[in-house]
Amino acid sequence: MKDALPLIWRRSKERYRLLGNRCQSCNQAYYPSRKICSKCRRASKLVPEEMPKKGKVISFTQVFSAPEGFENEAPYFLALIELDNGVIILSQIVDSPSERIVIGAPVKMVFRRVFEDGSQGAIAYGFKFKVE
Amino acid sequence: MFNGVGITGYGTYVPRMRIKIEEIARVWGKDGASLSKSLNIKEKTVAAYDEDSCTLAVEAARVACRNVDASKIGAVFVGSESPPYAVKPSSTVVAEALGSTPNMTAADLEFACKAGTAGIQSALAMVACGMIESGLAIGSDTAQGRPNDVLEFSSGSGAGAILVGKEKVIALVEATYSFSTDTPDFWRRSHAEFPKHAGRFTGKPAYFKHVAGAANRLFQELGTKAEDYDYAVFHQPNGQFPLKVGEQLGFEKEKVLPGMVTPLIGNTYSGATMIALCAVLDVAKPGQRILAVSYGSGAGSDAFSLSVTDEIENARQPVPVFEQIKDKEYVDYALYVKHRRKLKSL
Repeated sequence: MKDALPLIWRRSKERYRLLGNRCQSCNQAYYPSRKICSKCRRASKLVPEEMPKKGKVISFTQVFSAPEGFENEAPYFLALIELDNGVIILSQIVDSPSERIVIGAPVKMVFRRVFEDGSQGAIAYGFKFKVE
Repeated sequence: MFNGVGITGYGTYVPRMRIKIEEIARVWGKDGASLSKSLNIKEKTVAAYDEDSCTLAVEAARVACRNVDASKIGAVFVGSESPPYAVKPSSTVVAEALGSTPNMTAADLEFACKAGTAGIQSALAMVACGMIESGLAIGSDTAQGRPNDVLEFSSGSGAGAILVGKEKVIALVEATYSFSTDTPDFWRRSHAEFPKHAGRFTGKPAYFKHVAGAANRLFQELGTKAEDYDYAVFHQPNGQFPLKVGEQLGFEKEKVLPGMVTPLIGNTYSGATMIALCAVLDVAKPGQRILAVSYGSGAGSDAFSLSVTDEIENARQPVPVFEQIKDKEYVDYALYVKHRRKLKSL
């Protein structure tokens, strides 16, 4: 992940505490944040809002052939998670016995290293989820 | 001393993986059972590949600050001897993760195993003088030990966070006193991967002298004695030293045992006294008094006299320390080496 510093910095708030936004016109929540509400368009009134830190697994897969930088973590689980406010996000599942990673499993957010720019570069931190 | 300032919140984080002392001994051809008995450590925590002292600190901080407006936290101090960066603070990551930035101060502290309690003292002083409303001190380490060194059998991973303030205080800080000297009992040179220690020298002139020195100074200044306290928390480099120093100071074993986490998670360095204090806050009742004394090599101790208030019942962490410790998965030495990045090729 070369030259990733601006990306790491720009996305730190949303990765650290699930900071998304919500449209005050139609009450739709978004993660990641959107500039314009897809329903209200010009009438969008988006304000920052932290997403709930709990949800449930709605689908998952196990990655055996990991992309560059993630080889040492394979095999690992990726899941689509429906947060308690209905917003769906993609996240790695960690610290959970494989038999407990099932559709419908309750999960909560944890704080982990997401990737690092080699051994000398910056470390990107952010959310992952674990089965409760 | 602090005019109503004290602990207003606390939280701990203990990684899920464990390695048994006997498993480490198996690899190095040592007698695991007798080593485990002499250290009084059964197993130790192993932080995962994607964890470091900064992620552990964030997890503990989130529990400690779960009921407060993060923007009111005016200072965040992270004490660690295993920071992920040699230069770049973990405290700003913690502050950003809590949502406390930008109108606040942050700093990383280093004093071997007592950097966490040094943070508590700084936060206490800043709140007491009116500089900030509340401050957060964290002790967090993914403790290092050279393979086959005695430290490898004891060094674990974990974090404890203590929030200090004036509102809804759960434990008033009656006083804190320190005892410090230049004593070279344990160190890690710049760019060195693992710490070195002075073997048996780390006992009498280092740990025992400083812990007892700080505790006795506090007793003298406050006019208290061991009988006045319901719990005693001491830094836990192993499972023997805190029991021994407790006995020397006149504490019954029953007052020390509620905070004894090292036999189950290992020595979490900067996290050790913090987690042990949190374990006592999990069970302490209103009106009870706690003595807490940290120890950091190099060397120094910070002693605290705490008085638990009625607010404790509203602010206990959701999962007590000893319950957190029960959630575990054992790994063998090979997986431990991978997760702790001890393989040079990783």
